[in-house]
Amino acid sequence: MSPRRQKNGGTRFPDAPLDGPLLEVDNVKTMFKTPRGLVHAVDGVEFTLERGKTIGIVGESGCGKSVLSRSIMGLLPNNVVREGSIRFEGNEIGHAVGEEMRHFWGTQMSMVFQDPMTSLNPVMRIGNQITESLRYHLDVSKDYANEAALALLQSVGIPEAKRRLREYPHQLSGGMRQRVMIAIALACGPKLLFADEPTTALDVTVQAQILDLLQQQQRERFMAMVLVTHDLGVVAGRTDDIAVMYAGRIVEKAPTRLLFSETRHPYTEALLKSIPKLAQPSHMRLDAIAGRPPDLVNPPPGCKFAPRCPYAQARCLVEEPPLDDSATPGHAFRCFYPVGSNEGKDALARNLAAGATASGRPVFAEGDALATGTVVV
Amino acid sequence: MLEPSPSAVATKEMAGGTGGPPDALAEAVEFEVSRTKRYGVSGWLAMGWLAFVLVCAILIPMFMHAPVNTGKYANKGFLDELKFPLGTDGNGNNMVLLLAKGARNSLIVSVGAILFGLVVGGSLGLVAGYFRGRLDSILTGIFNILLAIPQLVLAIALVSVLATDTIDNKGIPHPVSSGRRLLILVIALGIVSVPILARITRANALQWSQREFVLAARAQGARNLTVMVREVLPNVLPAMFSIALLGIAVAMVAEGGLSILGVGVHFPSVSWGNMIAIGRADLRASPHIVFEPIACIFLTVLSLNYLGDVIRARFDVRESVL
Repeated sequence: MSPRRQKNGGTRFPDAPLDGPLLEVDNVKTMFKTPRGLVHAVDGVEFTLERGKTIGIVGESGCGKSVLSRSIMGLLPNNVVREGSIRFEGNEIGHAVGEEMRHFWGTQMSMVFQDPMTSLNPVMRIGNQITESLRYHLDVSKDYANEAALALLQSVGIPEAKRRLREYPHQLSGGMRQRVMIAIALACGPKLLFADEPTTALDVTVQAQILDLLQQQQRERFMAMVLVTHDLGVVAGRTDDIAVMYAGRIVEKAPTRLLFSETRHPYTEALLKSIPKLAQPSHMRLDAIAGRPPDLVNPPPGCKFAPRCPYAQARCLVEEPPLDDSATPGHAFRCFYPVGSNEGKDALARNLAAGATASGRPVFAEGDALATGTVVV
Repeated sequence: MLEPSPSAVATKEMAGGTGGPPDALAEAVEFEVSRTKRYGVSGWLAMGWLAFVLVCAILIPMFMHAPVNTGKYANKGFLDELKFPLGTDGNGNNMVLLLAKGARNSLIVSVGAILFGLVVGGSLGLVAGYFRGRLDSILTGIFNILLAIPQLVLAIALVSVLATDTIDNKGIPHPVSSGRRLLILVIALGIVSVPILARITRANALQWSQREFVLAARAQGARNLTVMVREVLPNVLPAMFSIALLGIAVAMVAEGGLSILGVGVHFPSVSWGNMIAIGRADLRASPHIVFEPIACIFLTVLSLNYLGDVIRARFDVRESVL
């Protein structure tokens, strides 16, 4: 690994420390100016990503996960206000604008988008779309670029790659197109790949294949990856760390295994409960998280999840818990009454006894509502 | 999603799925289905007429030399003499030759004007639609101002300014040469067509620039110019072309209007419009002098409109498959 790192890092950034983390995100805030006011889409996110590691960013729609990945890439519309620091190989890129970022795009960091139906150019042959970025970054000959494109298509598992090079996107299925997108993203050998909900638009049967492909490519190339998804099932077992986002901030961050075994934040718990499980009887009602994410123009004071949280206490509504990893190093969460702790159990018991949380949302033991006879604590 | 020709697609998949020989059969089926479906009878007729006009405009003036001003044969009517199947004009010129020469000039002016409009208006529209923001507001404002001026008035004004006779130091006026006059007409009508083509291009570029593949290309480090030309432009072209075809028809009629008003193509060069303008005088005695160029303009404009529709419909289908 090191000679390759030396080569890329050495030529582009003479001063880049080669042993430091690849990506350091520190107190990043991304706001959009809208007629309604400033939308706080990402509100003080921090994490660190080592070379060759993967992090999963999980949360429901509108919690800022896509905006976060685009903030790091610098692919944001004009009405944006950015704060905080993003360091890529030690270089500050948090405030870089288009022309400066262009040197990073493609060769240093690259992105696979959500919908392969719209992220390929409908009037350009697959082959040209792959060779294009090779040719403007690496200044290689047409023949070389074509061979590289063929090798890339084969490596992402497209059968009859040679013929596919001459086809148009509409001649390919959704899964194939996403493979092509991955090939395009990988063409210039980026060190960091953002996969922005790469399987959301795909058929369920293809999702696992695409995720396996991403994982395989990430390992073979010793590439760091940020996997953005709303589905905890997607990141389970595929990432080193997981950060759960809610209302623009990270509410829980832990190594993947720890996050599932020792869930601390009620939002993570609620997300986990909303995944259908094979062992459940059929026709069982799925747990949904009641309510909606808060308005990001005027976020509520206190914990942003408190209005929907079954554990919420009076304190949660006025005071925002810090992102704290003092209990278990590496496992940070924002909660005064974490799941599984005595405080959490007491808080839930109090709410169940009162029949409502501090925010006034009714709570009842799950058994009452679903008549399954189980009380979930 | 709508498929363009479900049977063809199905056949293709079957052939591919069974691992049989390369799907030559499927491609043949698809080709056959698509051909009639994509262009239709009217489409083929339109293309046929346009091809015919084009060939006549090029070949007839090359091979047919008729004496000018032979008063002996003046004002022959339709099929009066086999030598003049379409008759002659007041000067005894063969109408076939006149119509062919007129076709050449009419086509040069209308196609040239629209090409000018496509290049200037297209690039301005593309830039406005891609970059948006203040640049877009300024450019759109300019287009709107141009659109607010009546087109014929604008064209007349431009021609009269550009095509003023030069007066040499002895005080003798030198009229603008006919070649230069054609160029001036191209530029004047071109300027008139700029805002229309620019607005169409802008509207489409605006829409296509929002697509994710444009963002994806940027995320791969493509320059703005590359993204505009390689990613956005090819998607905008179908709309530009279908409007451009209609634009050619409009420009052809406009050139006729300018000729009738005396600022179009001048004698001795001819265009369909100026044939109508000149033939007006003899309308009662020999109506064919006016009606033949009118019929030519009518059929050509009709064909261009049909072709524009066919092209738009064809690319609409392609887009719905995406």
